[in-house]
Amino acid sequence: MSATTFPSEAPPPEFVTEPEAAAGPRRVRRWYTQPALLGGVILLALILAAAIFAPLLSSYNPITQNLTNTLQGPSAHHLLGTDQLGRDTFARLLYGLRNDLRIAFIAVLLPFLIGVVLGSISGYFGGWVDTVIMRIVDIVVAFPFYVLVIALVFVLGPGQRSIYIAITLIGWVSYARIIRGEILVAKRQDYVLAAQSGGLSSVRIMARHLVPNVISQAILYAMSDIVQDILAIVTLGYFGLGVPPPTPDLGSMINDGQNFLTTHWQLTTFPGLAVVIVGLSLSLIGDGLADIIRPGQA
Amino acid sequence: MTFVFQRLLMLIPVAIGVTIIVFFMIHLIPGDPARTILGIHATPKTVAILHKQWGLDRPLISQYWLFMDRLAHGNLGQSLYYSTPAAGLIVDRIPATLWLVVYAAILAIAISVPMAMIAASRKDAIRDHIVRAVPLVGLGMPPFWLAILLIYVFAINVHWFPTSGYGVGIVGHLHSMFLPALVVAIALSPVVIRSLRASMLNVLGAEYITTAKSKGVAGPALFFRHVLRNAVIPAVTVLGINIGFLIGGTVVIENVFAIPGIGQLMINSIFQRDFPVVQGVTLVFGALVVLVNLLADLSYAALDPRVRFDR
Repeated sequence: MSATTFPSEAPPPEFVTEPEAAAGPRRVRRWYTQPALLGGVILLALILAAAIFAPLLSSYNPITQNLTNTLQGPSAHHLLGTDQLGRDTFARLLYGLRNDLRIAFIAVLLPFLIGVVLGSISGYFGGWVDTVIMRIVDIVVAFPFYVLVIALVFVLGPGQRSIYIAITLIGWVSYARIIRGEILVAKRQDYVLAAQSGGLSSVRIMARHLVPNVISQAILYAMSDIVQDILAIVTLGYFGLGVPPPTPDLGSMINDGQNFLTTHWQLTTFPGLAVVIVGLSLSLIGDGLADIIRPGQA
Repeated sequence: MTFVFQRLLMLIPVAIGVTIIVFFMIHLIPGDPARTILGIHATPKTVAILHKQWGLDRPLISQYWLFMDRLAHGNLGQSLYYSTPAAGLIVDRIPATLWLVVYAAILAIAISVPMAMIAASRKDAIRDHIVRAVPLVGLGMPPFWLAILLIYVFAINVHWFPTSGYGVGIVGHLHSMFLPALVVAIALSPVVIRSLRASMLNVLGAEYITTAKSKGVAGPALFFRHVLRNAVIPAVTVLGINIGFLIGGTVVIENVFAIPGIGQLMINSIFQRDFPVVQGVTLVFGALVVLVNLLADLSYAALDPRVRFDR
């Protein structure tokens, strides 16, 4: 589950002793001057544009079969050729990307919300509430991510709804852990003590004072979590447990293409490459954000 | 010893929780679980047999008790497809999975330690940036896709490795499972490289390194005797934390390479709608992760005396 950890690093000694560094933040970088973040945002924007404007980019219907025109090589008509049912591979790639991205972006929302709420409660109140929530977290992380996702989707029955449920049931634990850890530190800060002595309610302190100050860590993690969710969706599709056919999905495309690997390698290669590029864009954004949120750390 | 004892004590709630989750899998099945699982094979008789086997007509707590009672006797239920005990099917397939996990862990260390050393040896140099770019690409790579490409290149085009299988004998295993283990190792390495690089940089900034430097220790001696030794401990922890990821990766990879491990059994059983086996495999995977985590924690304590004194 902890696919991405951003361990803290001590800055090199010379950095600390520099006079201007001691005076305050070295320099505040705007997001567009951060090369990793800028590159990631541009890349993601291109991918999202390709997914959203899929109907404009390809005149083919991704589901329409043409059994007289199967397994064609790339040509001017079919940029990436056609698959075993004569469907345009480029169109299926765009629509598959569209479906998988939509599912991944929706799937990340509920775990994020549940994890932040439970993590805040756990960290702020401590005691038996904390013990119970953290024990549940321990139990969920005892299972390998893929094993639990595959098992849950199997028992719930293949399809989008099951994917959302499975990812929600498993995904919240990472957010809860991260937020709990941050709140444990933040709740001892002066501004929280001030709010407490001012008589504000616990809910208000958490919602208005604590969570806004620690939420950035959860957002950072969400970047790698979306990547993990896309991988899970594609893996489920590869095993025939994802979106049912004929709806285009990158995982099932890779599975279909595998049978024609020696003669039509493009059927398998490009859907996978699309996933890699999506992962790259989100990782770049995550790294760039980390650099802005926590300057001085790699 | 108290650390070991405390750690073992913490194991109990997690172990019970794991069995509860696996037990509840039955109740997540929409509709009548027996009818859904049997599908077209559902006759009043077969449904009644499953109801009796799972105790579905009893209260929940009594069902769980039945489940635990059978579990204590090593009974994971009867495979619906093979009509043999599920436990036997699973036990037969554990060796292949363990081979893959250990092989992949060794390859992951063989890949990650040198890469992290190269990156940490000079922070922010070009080589550091190159190593740091690797995880960005690696994190989003579907492992099964990489596996298919490697099969295409190294097994079909140049016949260096077989396309699938487990091999015969130790040399055969090492040869046949190289590509599968490599894929799992590559999938794991981004996380390990990242953490290792950070911990090596941390070690480089530590006071005992300054001391060693001021005593005149330099170059390779400093790196191998002082830095690497202390950075290996976090490597073990990172592997331990990600053991779930490592073991989970084998499910996917075993199926691409047709390795007769429990991951392949799981996916096959899903296609055969063999619920007891899927349930049993899930439990075994959970137990495996809990066990390996325990071993990682204990070896961590053995490697680093500070852990024991902290407690």
